[in-house]
Amino acid sequence: MKTNPDYFPMTALATRFVEQLAQCRRLGLKVHEASEHHVLLELPYNEELIGYPDTGVLHGGVITTLMDTGSGCAVVCAIKEKFGTLEISPTLDLRVDYMKPAQPHKPIFGMAECYRLSSSVAFTRAIAYQDSVDDPIAHAVGSFMRISPEMIGDSFRKALMGEEAQYD
Amino acid sequence: MTEPKQPLTDVKTLVARVAETNDFADLIGHVPYAKFIGMQVNRFGDELVFQLPANDDNIGNPVLPALHGGVIAGFMEMSAIIQLMVFMQTSKVPKVVDFSIDYLRAGYHKDSFAECHITRQGRRVANVHIECWQTSRKQLIATARAHFLIE
Repeated sequence: MKTNPDYFPMTALATRFVEQLAQCRRLGLKVHEASEHHVLLELPYNEELIGYPDTGVLHGGVITTLMDTGSGCAVVCAIKEKFGTLEISPTLDLRVDYMKPAQPHKPIFGMAECYRLSSSVAFTRAIAYQDSVDDPIAHAVGSFMRISPEMIGDSFRKALMGEEAQYD
Repeated sequence: MTEPKQPLTDVKTLVARVAETNDFADLIGHVPYAKFIGMQVNRFGDELVFQLPANDDNIGNPVLPALHGGVIAGFMEMSAIIQLMVFMQTSKVPKVVDFSIDYLRAGYHKDSFAECHITRQGRRVANVHIECWQTSRKQLIATARAHFLIE
C-alpha cells in the first residue's frame, strides 16, 4: 500500500499519541498518515487476537479498539490544527457496523476522520478495510467530549510534543 | 462458508462441560482474544458475571491511568458472546453484526465487571444489552447494545 507520511506533517504527533497507549503498543498499531482531516492506522494480524477460532477472523473488540484509537487520534490532530492546543478527548459513544469478516493473516487498515469540531463535542467517522477503502469490513461513527487542555498533564504533553517541544 | 482446516471442539460440547464443572477456562481458551485481555467468568446460579482483572496492557490514557475504551468494548462484546453461547446453546461463536457503546465514566486501572441481558432472541439474530461497572453496580462506566448472528 502506498502512503504519504512525509506529505502529512501530523503523522509524527499521531505516532507519538498512539505509542503512549499501552494497549495500542500491545496490538502493534502503526500510524501511516495523519492530518487535520484524517488518520490512517494499520493493525497487523496476530493469532492472539482471534475471535472466531473456526475461521481465524479477529475479534470485534480489536476492530473497536482500532476505530476508537483512530477516531480519538483524528480528534487530537483536528484540535491541534484548529486551536493549536493539545487535548485528549474521551469517547462519549462509538457505534461499529460490521459489513463482512476480515480475512485472516492480512493487516487491517483504519481510516478515521473528525468531520465536525464544536466547542464541546467532536464528531468522527471511520472505516476499517483490507484491500480497498471502497470495500470496507466495518464502519464506525463516534462522538468525543472536549476537555480542558490542562487535563492532559505535563508528562503526557511532553511525550506528545516530542522534539517539537523545543520550538515552543 | 469454508470448512475449518482442523476439527475444533464444538462450542456446545464446551458449554456442556462448563455446566458440569463450572470452570470457564476451556470456553475462554477457545477464543484467543478473551485470553489476550485476560477476562474471566463467574457463575452465580443462573447468572453470569464477567470480570476483567486490572492489567497494565489494557491501559489507554496513561495520565489517569484509564482502560482503553476499545478494551472495555471488547470485554463487553466478548461477555455478550459467552452469554449467548451458554444460554442459547449456539454451536459456533456468534458473529457480531453491530456494536454500539456509550461511555459514562472513565474506566480506571482496576477490576471491571459486566452483565448481559438478551433483550430479544430471534431465529437468526439476537439483541443483547450489556452493562459494565467497577466499584459499584449503580455507577456504570459503560452501557452497550449489540446484534449477533447465531447458528
